[in-house]
Amino acid sequence: MAIPVFRFAPWQPPEPVQASVQQPSAQWRPSLSLIAAGTVALAMLLLVALGPLLWQQDPSQQWLSQISRGPTPALAARVVDGERAARLPISPARRLEVLESNTERVQLRWPAPSGVTRYRLYRADARQPGRGLPLWQGRELSYEDRLQLRRKLYRYTLVDADSGLLLFATETRPEPAISVFEAQLQGLLAVADGPHPNYVMLPAHPLGTDALGRDLLARLMAGGRSSLFVGIVAPLLFIGFGSLFGGLAGYIGGGFDQFAMRLADFVVALPFLLFMILLRIVFGIGPGENGIMPLIVAMLLLSWPSSARLIRGQVLALRSQPFIDSARLSGVGTPRILWRHILPNVLPILLVAFSFAIPQAIFTEAFLSFIGMGVSPPSTSWGAMCNDGIKTLLSQPRQLLWPAAMISIAVLAFNILGDGLRDLTDRRGGGQGH
Amino acid sequence: MLSFIVRRLLSGVLTIWFIATATFFAMHAVPGDPLTQDKAMSPAVRAQLEARYGLDKPLGEQYQLFLGNMLRGDFGISFTQENRRVNDIIREHFPVSAVLGLAALAIALVGGVAAGSVAAHFRNRWPDRVVMFAVIAAISVPGFVIAGLAQMVIVQLNQLAGTTLLPVAGWGSASHIWVPALVLGLGTMAYLSRLGRASMLEVLSSDYILAARSRGISGGRLFWRHQLRNAVLPVVTELGPSIAAVTTGGFVVELIFAIPGLGRYFVQAVQQLDYTVIMGTTVFYGAFLVLVVVLVDISYGLIDPRIRLTQGRG
Repeated sequence: MAIPVFRFAPWQPPEPVQASVQQPSAQWRPSLSLIAAGTVALAMLLLVALGPLLWQQDPSQQWLSQISRGPTPALAARVVDGERAARLPISPARRLEVLESNTERVQLRWPAPSGVTRYRLYRADARQPGRGLPLWQGRELSYEDRLQLRRKLYRYTLVDADSGLLLFATETRPEPAISVFEAQLQGLLAVADGPHPNYVMLPAHPLGTDALGRDLLARLMAGGRSSLFVGIVAPLLFIGFGSLFGGLAGYIGGGFDQFAMRLADFVVALPFLLFMILLRIVFGIGPGENGIMPLIVAMLLLSWPSSARLIRGQVLALRSQPFIDSARLSGVGTPRILWRHILPNVLPILLVAFSFAIPQAIFTEAFLSFIGMGVSPPSTSWGAMCNDGIKTLLSQPRQLLWPAAMISIAVLAFNILGDGLRDLTDRRGGGQGH
Repeated sequence: MLSFIVRRLLSGVLTIWFIATATFFAMHAVPGDPLTQDKAMSPAVRAQLEARYGLDKPLGEQYQLFLGNMLRGDFGISFTQENRRVNDIIREHFPVSAVLGLAALAIALVGGVAAGSVAAHFRNRWPDRVVMFAVIAAISVPGFVIAGLAQMVIVQLNQLAGTTLLPVAGWGSASHIWVPALVLGLGTMAYLSRLGRASMLEVLSSDYILAARSRGISGGRLFWRHQLRNAVLPVVTELGPSIAAVTTGGFVVELIFAIPGLGRYFVQAVQQLDYTVIMGTTVFYGAFLVLVVVLVDISYGLIDPRIRLTQGRG
């Protein structure tokens, strides 16, 4: 019976693992989603900053003749004087005759068939079956329809009101029109009286108009200005103040640090939205102000603690590092240490905090404007536009969907931007952050 | 342990006092008062009303009165809803907000853990991508937009079905709860999905799962007994802050779905500057938040003894 013999090889130190040489450029290569998000965010900023230069409609100009319209091109509109026509002459033709057909009025007349004393007129969308909406009932032989006319094909049906018997039917598509009164109001006509051109040009509405006949594209740009202004300036201020305060607290330490952190604890304990609403009202708005400043101040007062705590922790960790001691030993003053040695080390973290604060601020502004406590009319913001749009959600969904899409895209872009920046700084910091 | 609880409760009381004081002076700094209305009021009537509500006293004395009443748990009478006590308003409407919030939380927890598990099991394949995209979308679309769209979908569904499958708004029956709760819980659900995915990934790559597999355990038993139970714990401990966010964050959902919760009354009260209702709801919400945070802190220690409670804050 042989005893198995094990041969033990002498221990060899393992081959040193070849450290993969990291190119600095490889470390800083941003991901595809980061580039995409950055591009979208930049495009959005450019749109609201430069868009109004290209699309020069006044966002608060109301077109009474163009309420809640879909996308419309620039149109030549007939100028119609506003007075209701006197009784029209009796029709010689033996049919329902359209004398004038435009979006201000449709004039109809018809001959008198024997035996009929009372007429009833219906109007329907030509694509739908049936007689549609009963417009009028009476003894006259003409009618002028002024009820919310659109540029689409209508079918008019005239029946005997007593027997319900069909008399005539006709179809017509009203041409674009504008009343003399409104054309003058919009500055398209110089004077109401006297001769005027038969046609004027109405501006295009690429995204349509809202419930007050205002151009949606112009409003999206104007609203984006307030939304993104609040979204960027407010985080800039509260992160700036917070990091200054927290950084000083961490660097000085002692009683000031204690005081600063207790204050931060209290402010964090305040119910955020409740106090945003309260403070927004406390700071109030005077006549002619748009309510953006109170919003930013309220956000500054309530949002500084998170960045103050973050930076304080970083500064506390940095303060005990040898390079700070050596800087101090070589006679560098406190402001210079803070500026040259502390700040560059916390800057990446600040940048990440900033890019995450932007979507939060955009959301807060949108929420407050949505409940009517944010930007006040005639100024607007995407949140305020959502508030207008949700009232007509079922009939005119685009008035909600456009501003909602803008908010969502902006928030999405800045969120992804923040994620990407955090990954970048984490990699550079060698796992220092997490 | 006991001294920790006492210290946390004491600091909680201090925080509530701070909230109450800040609210009181912020509110009185707003120009005008609740008696300033559209209708003109004769000076005699006004003087009587001021005397009744104590508005004729100097601010310091009003503050003292308010603090005394608050200690007795009495927030006074509403200015705008005649003869309605603030305590009654809270008692009637907070349960509505709480039920809505708890339903939202339950939906968020179940949905979040399920989505997170699916994403982790299909890591870097299409179900993972779909879930992660949905998560980002859910935190990028404002709640009021989701609420509006949800109503639109309900209307379309009801039209298709020809009957009322789900009510569009209102409160009162079980069918009223689901859609608003889902909308309210969506943000939390997205957050929990991320957490659930991360924690499930950790579980999947752990040694004890390998050990379980080597013992021949697989399928449903492996998932329910070994993976899910371990993956859920970190998610549950993150639930605390979400409780507060969901029970008090329902303003918009309550407004849009016409739910008689407390959030709606708060917004209304601020708009009408109804001093007593503002104070009552703010202090109540603040106290609720503080209490939840304290309870969560304590429960962490009970769930996971490794967390040392004696460690000071900050």
